[in-house]
Amino acid sequence: MRGPARFRSMQTGWRWYEIVFWAAAFAMLVLAPSRLLLLNEIAIFALLALSLDLILGFAGIVSLGHAAFFGVGAYTAGLLAKHFSEHALLGDPTIGLGIAALTAAIIGFASSFLVLRGSDLTRLMVTLGVALIVQEIANRLDWITGGADGLQGVLPRPVLGAFEFDLYGRTAATYSLVVLFIAFVVARQVVHAPFGLGLKAIRDNRLRAEAIGIPVNRRLIAIYTLAAALAGMAGALLAQTTQFASLDMLDFQRSAEALLMLVIGGAGNLFGGLLGAIVFAIAHDVLKGITAQYWQFWLGLSLIILVLFARGGLTGLLRLLYRRVRPEAAP
Amino acid sequence: MTNPALETRALRKTFGGLVATDTVDFRLEAGARHALIGPNGAGKTTFVNLLSGALQPTSGSIHLEGRDITAWPASKRARAGLSRTFQINQLFAGLTPLQSVVLTLAQAEETGGGSAGLMDLFRSAGSNGARIEEAAAILENLHLGACLDKEIATLAYGQQRLIEIAIALAAKPRVLLLDEPAAGISQEERELILGVIGALPSAMAIVLIEHDMDLVFRFARSITVLVNGAVLTTGSVAEISADERVRKVYLGEGEHA
Ligand SMILES: Nc1ncnc2c1ncn2[C@@H]1O[C@H](COP(=O)(O)OP(=O)(O)O)[C@@H](O)[C@H]1O
Ligand SMILES: [Mg+2]
Repeated sequence: MRGPARFRSMQTGWRWYEIVFWAAAFAMLVLAPSRLLLLNEIAIFALLALSLDLILGFAGIVSLGHAAFFGVGAYTAGLLAKHFSEHALLGDPTIGLGIAALTAAIIGFASSFLVLRGSDLTRLMVTLGVALIVQEIANRLDWITGGADGLQGVLPRPVLGAFEFDLYGRTAATYSLVVLFIAFVVARQVVHAPFGLGLKAIRDNRLRAEAIGIPVNRRLIAIYTLAAALAGMAGALLAQTTQFASLDMLDFQRSAEALLMLVIGGAGNLFGGLLGAIVFAIAHDVLKGITAQYWQFWLGLSLIILVLFARGGLTGLLRLLYRRVRPEAAP
Repeated sequence: MTNPALETRALRKTFGGLVATDTVDFRLEAGARHALIGPNGAGKTTFVNLLSGALQPTSGSIHLEGRDITAWPASKRARAGLSRTFQINQLFAGLTPLQSVVLTLAQAEETGGGSAGLMDLFRSAGSNGARIEEAAAILENLHLGACLDKEIATLAYGQQRLIEIAIALAAKPRVLLLDEPAAGISQEERELILGVIGALPSAMAIVLIEHDMDLVFRFARSITVLVNGAVLTTGSVAEISADERVRKVYLGEGEHA
């Protein structure tokens, strides 16, 4: 398949590997009943990495402060669950999720103006700075947030009034996975549309993007706001499913981990963040079992190897392999 | 009396002490086939950058079809029908030619505006079959049919040069500025470009910057000569080729100055 026909299928249809991936992900709910808490964690990480991919992989905005939105989402959902546990509507996790997304989006929109211009380095510093400010505000507002002790007494109601959160994480994992899937579908639609092509155009050549009429700033504001909303949803999921929100959800380390997942998985194709989150969480789980102290050492080492020898991350490697096997069909 | 397609009044641009554009009054009629010539460093590219909005002038004004666009950002000028190519390729390296042109077509259609345009922005790019075919046709017309879905970064320089033009045409401009489109490519590709430009709609106003006087004379009906940022003279092809000063500062330097 070539030319227009190939373009059409790539920009529209679901590819076989997408279907396989999601079928496998949902099958895990049944196949791995003892690892549902891990699955829940992976889905949440994946959503955070996916949202970062939208701005980094597609729009080319590097960020070291994505945890700001994650944390804002976590506290918003946590506070709603805490104070509205008697309220059927405001206490519902899905409503909490929506309000968390909205709150994170507002903060994302407001701070987007700071990342419109400037070099990668300025953007790194600005995003880092915004996250530090948000974290410090959360710390100072300890009568609301619980400060360094974290937000206690988060008691989410059953999802949609029907699905109680259970000890094994069945509801949690299902809920997070469904939210991740919906976010993926939205992100997929966005990047496969002219809007997404425009983002890549801005990433590759801002001067030319402007010259063909793309309102660059408006587009960057839009995608930054959307990414913030999705990151806020990831934070909300974590707060709701672990019944806790804490300052470390706003931490630099979390932003760095999200970036790491993208590097591991490969940026700019939506799946990189998902695969990166899986590898990261499993590596975390396995390496911690072997060497509780030094798991970050091994993670760091594999990171260096990846960046030196496989810049495109796992998805880049897979694509390379696929091209070997089927030179004509490779995506 | 109709407005000119594009007009500048006392347009000026300085870089520190250097006057790159020196009080230029320029007038381009609708449907013009105009060449802008002058030795290297004369300020041709700077002038195009000012027109397209890539640079802000120090003083003076720019008018597109009668509207003062001096304060407009480049993207707004593009949406108003002003399209350009770059002397040094400015392409979307990670996209394919087909993606680049589809994107530009979508962008040009969105300019139509309204909520329909906004909806289209988020509809799968692959769902608009007519647009994809149109993009493919634009590229095939420039003999790029064999590399529609190759990453632009992997293509040869000559092909990239043609993609420069394909993107500019896909914007469906009413005013088109071509900054040395045929520089550094094969004779065959130069002829191809000249053919494609020659077949553009007659209502489109076109400015061509080009050093090869043979190409200039075959394309242009009128010519502006720029020297040291200022207009030396403007006139018909016959007038310019007969002008003593032009021969001295420009033609005298040989064809590939
Ligand atoms: N961004 C810039 N900063 C400083 N000087 C510039 C810049 N762009 C162009 N110039 C100078 O302006 C003059 C005109 O350059 P240019 O417009 O590229 O000429 P041409 O396209 O006719 O060869 C040259 O002397 C060039 O060095
Ligand atoms: Mg030049």
